[in-house]
Amino acid sequence: MDLYEYQAKHLFDVHDVPVTSGEVCSTPEAAHEAARKIGSAVVVKAQVKTGGRGKAGGVKLAADPEEAHDRARDILGLDIKGHVVRRVLVTEATDIAEEYYVSFLLDRANRAFLAMASVEGGVDIEEVAATRPDALALVRIDAIEGVDEAKAREIVESAGFPEAIRGQVVDILVQLWHVLVKEDATLVEVNPLVLSADGRVLALDGKVTLDDNANYRHASHADLVDRDDTDPIELRAKEFDLNYVKLDGEVGIIGNGAGLVMSTLDVVAYAGEEFGGVRPANFLDIGGGASAEVMSNGLDIVLNDPDVRAVFVNVFGGITSCDAVANGIVQAVGALAERGNPVTKPIVCRIDGNNAVEGRRILTEFDHPLVEMVETMDDAARRVAELAGSAA
Amino acid sequence: MTIWLDADSRILVQGMTGSEGTKHTRRMVASGAQVVAGVTPGKGGQEVDGIPVFGDVGEAMAQTGANVSVVFVPPRFAKAAVEEAVDAAIPLCVVITEGIPVHDTAQFFQYAVNAGSTRIIGPNCPGIISPGQSNAGIIPADITGTGPIGLVSKSGTLTYQMMYELNDIGFSTCVGIGGDPIIGTTHIDCLAAFEADPATEAIVMIGEIGGDAEERAAAFIADNVTKPVVGYVAGFTAPEGKTMGHAGAIVSGSSGTAQAKKEALEAVGVRVGQTPSETARLMRSLLRG
Repeated sequence: MDLYEYQAKHLFDVHDVPVTSGEVCSTPEAAHEAARKIGSAVVVKAQVKTGGRGKAGGVKLAADPEEAHDRARDILGLDIKGHVVRRVLVTEATDIAEEYYVSFLLDRANRAFLAMASVEGGVDIEEVAATRPDALALVRIDAIEGVDEAKAREIVESAGFPEAIRGQVVDILVQLWHVLVKEDATLVEVNPLVLSADGRVLALDGKVTLDDNANYRHASHADLVDRDDTDPIELRAKEFDLNYVKLDGEVGIIGNGAGLVMSTLDVVAYAGEEFGGVRPANFLDIGGGASAEVMSNGLDIVLNDPDVRAVFVNVFGGITSCDAVANGIVQAVGALAERGNPVTKPIVCRIDGNNAVEGRRILTEFDHPLVEMVETMDDAARRVAELAGSAA
Repeated sequence: MTIWLDADSRILVQGMTGSEGTKHTRRMVASGAQVVAGVTPGKGGQEVDGIPVFGDVGEAMAQTGANVSVVFVPPRFAKAAVEEAVDAAIPLCVVITEGIPVHDTAQFFQYAVNAGSTRIIGPNCPGIISPGQSNAGIIPADITGTGPIGLVSKSGTLTYQMMYELNDIGFSTCVGIGGDPIIGTTHIDCLAAFEADPATEAIVMIGEIGGDAEERAAAFIADNVTKPVVGYVAGFTAPEGKTMGHAGAIVSGSSGTAQAKKEALEAVGVRVGQTPSETARLMRSLLRG
């Protein structure tokens, strides 16, 4: 999960990384009050999970509370690259002398962590990496040894931070490493890290990505989920503990195993090119060993998506037993009818593998006019694309 | 021959007394694998279907000659379980557990590297099977036969799909390396092992979005692999910034896209199928043609 700037800076503060004081606001009035409490010039910053806020008009300076009110009014509701601004961060304006860059991230290729640091901060760091690689120091971090003072000093020297502030940056790096480890983050990035006119080094912006697999050891991380920014079908799927991602097409997809479901999306998109460009409406992985109930919940979620015109159930039974899949389809169709919400969309099934013969027998016996079986994955994808295309 | 797992492999199951551990122990035994021990802390002295359970890996290895561990313990205990297997210097440790925090994986992987005597496969993987010889993990054994193809895949179900589509030709060894951001055994490790394995004549490599493992595998193939390789990549339609099931399957900006991976593989002469079935057909024509 990616965090908002204000959430990232809160975690920085908890772990003693110096940040400017500020308050997150969702109305211009609240921004006025926040600026009044800060008592100096402030910056009003759009809280969206995308870069390029400044260029999009999402970051503005305000000299006093009235101006903070007006700037917040301008920024709230802005659409920045498809992200609607619902909150602004009102934060003390800093007189900036220098801008730097530091981050720690998971290094998949080296199966360790990586520190990145540059004295050329405040700009797009990917561009620095591409155009002036010498300006970006990369230091491998051993997952067991981590970052102590000596390692932090190595990073600071390697990036060429000025002598006068090396001590401060070393401390910040050690504290940022604590954010990464103690919060189970896969990325912590400060861009810019600034030297203020009065000689203090501060994190002026922050980006943190948390590892969802570690949620069980961080009860407080659940509060960081922004429900307003999450698709309502995704929220409902989460309540059923289903692995679901909403996409923008018309063919509902249910399968087992992340790789097979991703592949199913692709195969449907290829097939859809022949039928008016229909595309997958979602990713839904019912997982290994899925029961009839899980299948039933999945079908309920997908059939109730108004964008869906036809559904493709693509299961290869390795651990999952195909008879359970078939029973789940039969149960779901029955349960939806009982709720006064009968199935009106075609369901194309391709089931293979463990107990496939029994699974096919169950569906043949069920003999529902909207449920059909197709033998291969490619043919089934073509059939469901055809059905979704003709339902337009 | 095979890679890493053969008829002489003696398997111990960490977490055998749990429901998943028991279920899959039975499946492994039914498929003909030699499962010789279970390990569950505090449950030494018990048995599962007549297989003795020990309190720790070292004791299980000493008593039974086990040389492969399959880990089914829940995520919160997985790091300790793997480090225990590494301390006992077991040659192969297959971590099936899904949902392990990546900091834990990074640490136990480094721990194994430092110790230098244990290969880790996974985590979040279906395991490894050498059809007709042995089976360490949860891959169904009855969907394919023994043959000349080596298979390496990030995805479990796509592994099964491919094994099934090519069941008449058969496989030397199939390795599900897992879909997490950090994994113990990579595509490259498997490609190198298949290249050296006399029983493997051709290789199927299945990748998916996220990271740059496929691109690095392509560079490795260009320099080191003489056997024919057929590829498949899943996730062309995945939107940026959304995790697609596997924790590691995410496109960030322009990096990790399926298109980039396909192009990298094709640039070194790997034929990449547009669907799993087409990939199987490519392999079939390559071996028969």
